[in-house]
Amino acid sequence: MSTQPNVHDATVRPGPTRSPGVPRLADWADGSLAAHLERWGPLEHPSDLVAAVEQAGLRGRGGAGFPTAVKMAAVAATAGRRRRRPVVVANGSEGEPLSAKDRTLLRRNPHLVLDGMVAAAVALGADEAVVCLPEGDATTRAAVEAARAERSGKDPVALVLEAVPHRYVTGEESALVHWLNGGPAAPTLTPPRPAERGVGRRPTLVDNVETLANVALIARFGPAWWRRVGTAEDPGTTLVTVTGAVERPGVREVALGMSLGDLLEHAGAGPSAGVLVGGYFGTCLSPFHASGAHLTRQSLGAHGASIGCGAVAVLPADCCPLAEVARVAAWLAGQSAGQCGACVHGLPALAGALAAMTAGDPTGRAARSVERWTPMVKGRGACKLPDGTAHLIESGLAAFADHVAEHQRLGACPFPGAAPVLPVPTMAARP
Amino acid sequence: MTRYQLTLDPIACDGRGLCADLLPEMVRLDDWGFPMLVATDVPAELESRAKRAASACPMLALRLKATRTPVAVGARRR
Repeated sequence: MSTQPNVHDATVRPGPTRSPGVPRLADWADGSLAAHLERWGPLEHPSDLVAAVEQAGLRGRGGAGFPTAVKMAAVAATAGRRRRRPVVVANGSEGEPLSAKDRTLLRRNPHLVLDGMVAAAVALGADEAVVCLPEGDATTRAAVEAARAERSGKDPVALVLEAVPHRYVTGEESALVHWLNGGPAAPTLTPPRPAERGVGRRPTLVDNVETLANVALIARFGPAWWRRVGTAEDPGTTLVTVTGAVERPGVREVALGMSLGDLLEHAGAGPSAGVLVGGYFGTCLSPFHASGAHLTRQSLGAHGASIGCGAVAVLPADCCPLAEVARVAAWLAGQSAGQCGACVHGLPALAGALAAMTAGDPTGRAARSVERWTPMVKGRGACKLPDGTAHLIESGLAAFADHVAEHQRLGACPFPGAAPVLPVPTMAARP
Repeated sequence: MTRYQLTLDPIACDGRGLCADLLPEMVRLDDWGFPMLVATDVPAELESRAKRAASACPMLALRLKATRTPVAVGARRR
């Protein structure tokens, strides 16, 4: 939404590495088709794109990090078995308040995303590809509309634009499909996953827009070229959105495997209370752990973290990290679609207990409630909102354990009225 | 041989809690009165009660799914 408080979207920064081939996605030109074709050449359609994506080792860039080729193969298999023409959906809904990379990519490099949609559609035999944009984001829509107009009649696939409600759970793939099918933008019970039964009951590939931009590059240059950047285990680049207590916030493209400490230094992070990696479904890291981590699944995984959607938020040293976690938890509770009992009741209860801890919890009662309820809500929703919220809370209490102990002992912290750092935008709550 | 798995649709469920009364071995209620599955594989001795619990659910949120478990080679004859 153009009025979102996290206005770091226009700031695009050169990445901190001089790795060969970086930037790729962030090699922004003027977004025109002519510039795009001059930079990348025409889109190619390899005989087996799914195999190429598998060899590349591309994983989804929307947050879950699922192997893209597995999804593509599942859609192809269902399409073959049920003789239904599949649909491709590019997820650019970006409901994550800490992320601006999807809309930045769509605004600056729309043709690469459209290419990825076309490449995936052709490979799977789809004749329609839908790109989902956040409702109310006129700038992004205009950029994608202009790009689509420029290539009108040149693609073997119909490209459709849809505005989806700007809400946290909209980006969950079953919610997106539910909305595209005329229902509310609320998650549905899975299975069936969209790959089995999606838009119009057809097998549907839902991929994040950055993922599809990478598919466009793999289709052109092949997996070996694509793997030249990144590590063997975590190949490729990723777009990151760095916000919070940094001198140079913004969207960057970095090679996977790079040091998180280097990224933070590049962004001009000073002393911090901690770092939230992966957005509001992400993981709080202590400054010590953050500076030592690398952007790999193994290194971040050792701290229970993952790169997620690439959002990295630095909490300033003079904030109350417990209050930050409590505020975000309350916001996430408000983002519930209101469908599942554990989410409807559990998340507000957790948020309330965290607020009580922030105000001072001398008896430890609120802390014990949080400890009881975080495992209780996990795995209890149709989507991962309960799990993501519980994980954020657990990681925050671990990363800021000393600070939390101070609250319990002293009642409050030296930064009671510190300005909020993590944004909690106004979004419609219920679908 | 047919075994059963218990599934719970959290969207359909509205927390009436009958299931926890009828099948306490497999269903417990959380602090807000919503059922949590303790296990999903239904042991043979609980099958009939699991069926009763599923059919008693007013929202049809608790379901039993029949799964065929592969029988070990030779086991059938014994």
